[in-house]
Amino acid sequence: MAGKTLFDKIWEKHVVNQVEGGPSVLYIDRHLIHEVTSPQAFAGLKERGIKVRRPEKTIATPDHNIPTMDQHLQIHDELSRFQVNKLKENCEDNGITMYGLTHPYNGIVHVIGPELGLTRPGMTIVCGDSHTSTHGAFGSIAFGIGTSEVEMVLATQCLMQTRPKTMRINVEGELKEGVTSKDIVLYIISQLTTGGGTGYFVEFAGSAIRSLSMEARMTICNMSIEMGAKGGMIAPDETTFEYVKGREFAPKGEEWEKALAEWKQLPSDPDAVFDKEIHFKAEDIEPIITYGTNPGMGLGISANIPKVEEIEKSSQKSFVKSLEYMGFNAGEAMIGKRVDYVFVGSCTNGRIEDLRAFTKFVEGKKKADNVVAWIVPGSKQVEKQALEEGLKEKLEAAGFELRQPGCSACLAMNDDKIPEGLYAVSTSNRNFEGRQGPGARTMLASPLTAAAAAVTGVITDPRTLL
Amino acid sequence: MPIDKFVTLESSCVPLPIENVDTDQIIPARFLKKTTRDGFGDSLFCDWRYDKEGNPKPDFVLNDPTYSGSILVAGKNFGSGSSREHAAWAIHGYGFKVVVSSFFADIFKNNALNNGVLPVQISDDFLNQLFEAIEADAKVVVKVDLENQTISVPSKNISEKFDINPYKKKCLINGYDDIDYLLSITDDIQAWEEKAHA
Ligand code: SF4
Repeated sequence: MAGKTLFDKIWEKHVVNQVEGGPSVLYIDRHLIHEVTSPQAFAGLKERGIKVRRPEKTIATPDHNIPTMDQHLQIHDELSRFQVNKLKENCEDNGITMYGLTHPYNGIVHVIGPELGLTRPGMTIVCGDSHTSTHGAFGSIAFGIGTSEVEMVLATQCLMQTRPKTMRINVEGELKEGVTSKDIVLYIISQLTTGGGTGYFVEFAGSAIRSLSMEARMTICNMSIEMGAKGGMIAPDETTFEYVKGREFAPKGEEWEKALAEWKQLPSDPDAVFDKEIHFKAEDIEPIITYGTNPGMGLGISANIPKVEEIEKSSQKSFVKSLEYMGFNAGEAMIGKRVDYVFVGSCTNGRIEDLRAFTKFVEGKKKADNVVAWIVPGSKQVEKQALEEGLKEKLEAAGFELRQPGCSACLAMNDDKIPEGLYAVSTSNRNFEGRQGPGARTMLASPLTAAAAAVTGVITDPRTLL
Repeated sequence: MPIDKFVTLESSCVPLPIENVDTDQIIPARFLKKTTRDGFGDSLFCDWRYDKEGNPKPDFVLNDPTYSGSILVAGKNFGSGSSREHAAWAIHGYGFKVVVSSFFADIFKNNALNNGVLPVQISDDFLNQLFEAIEADAKVVVKVDLENQTISVPSKNISEKFDINPYKKKCLINGYDDIDYLLSITDDIQAWEEKAHA
């Protein structure tokens, strides 16, 4: 009998029931909720007259819809305020812990789960948000769900799920200087396209992945959804255990030893078979930037935008539409293009290592005058650490401002919108039309590439300034 | 909540021959501030459909009186991106009962099914034939038969089979949703929890 994959081991441990010829009933260990995708689920429970089955397994944080300035004041947008208050009310009614605005644990849902030790190897973790895949970096099965599914988890702590196929993406070798985990994942998506992972749960493996820090691993798993995958995961190892140990809700003492012994059994067996296996070389990866309107439209920063003839015939129409939206021409270079905004933050690159990397890069340099920059920590704890480490002063000395935590310009539900027609280099995860504001033009990149753009005011290869 | 029952549907179609239509296009984030499930249909494809002043853009298909019907036929890889069920609510709210494409993003597919909207995944070839048939005759009727899992254009004598999970098919035909099923097995869940913590 062939060995088992990391995915198989966790999945099989969580199947409550199997519907004949249909999906599995999967038990959920951890449920994270936020203000945008949960109110209709609570309303559904109310209509059915049922309570939350296991309130202690759900944790709430408002993040999508909150301002990143003056958080101690009332939220001025009426609808946003209503939604955030609704979350509070629903949590209170159902005995769910919520880390509200100004609470020291508040932050983007995918940042606070890991930093509080709520995210742990071997778990099943869901949230009404597609970037739940972030938590897979710990060796857990984590994926985003819709609101009807949020309701199912609240009501029963279970979900009906069809078992996805498994894919392993191996990245071997050493990354070149100036290339980050964001570049790895943007590169993979550019190779596989935004539908390349659909139907699969992906395990990222190989020496280049193993050598990454926990935060860098989260960046990769975070964007696995952008290739259409159900989720992404990385086998837990010493780096994982070291990160989890001692965190607020991590197991302690004897519990810790017991958990550790279990976690060590999780990695895929050497003879495990995946439905699909793909190999990449770390040396082939350059800093990546996107030029179009989906995350698969990325290229090495020194490359040129493809010519129309180079695009598959059936996709040419969408390609042309995308370039029109961006105001770019086929075949031209990305280097030197004008940049109006720089956004550093989001659940992809809003952690302390990202802020450190950005700050280190801009230290001793100056923000370009034509650039508006928003540096938004992923959580209160990240913000606190940035203050303690003196990053705020260094940023300010270089002309940058550190804002308060939240999703911010990643999806522009609050006031942080990129104005129509202007260009933003963003460390977030989506460059869809209008994602960062109606008419906004987004180029996705790593914190280093964002820093290079911020100080030069144009798209610049960060390696030329290292 | 019971969902609409779905057995067969015959309707003209609305063509949207664009690939990778993501959920931010289906319903932009700024419309996600509502706390109810209804009223999203008006904002469906908002930024393609209306200009800045809120006037309908005449060249967008939903504003073109030539096309109507409860079947949306879209380019490859429909519904990628965010998990927002608001995308399915907007499509349902607008009045679409079926979305046809040659590829769907996973979460969107689940969300659609949970709201009684049937995603019909067909081959690239058949999708092209459908687009051609609609281009030739905007009122051409397409028939979707869930029981037999076929989609056809009777006037053109073309049809194709589509796949659907047998459990989901049963749910749609009977108007059940997953939550009804899960609530019916709470004893099993209880037993599982006790065993897992033993
Ligand atoms: S930061 Fe962006 S991608 Fe992440 S949870 Fe918030 S809105 Fe979603």
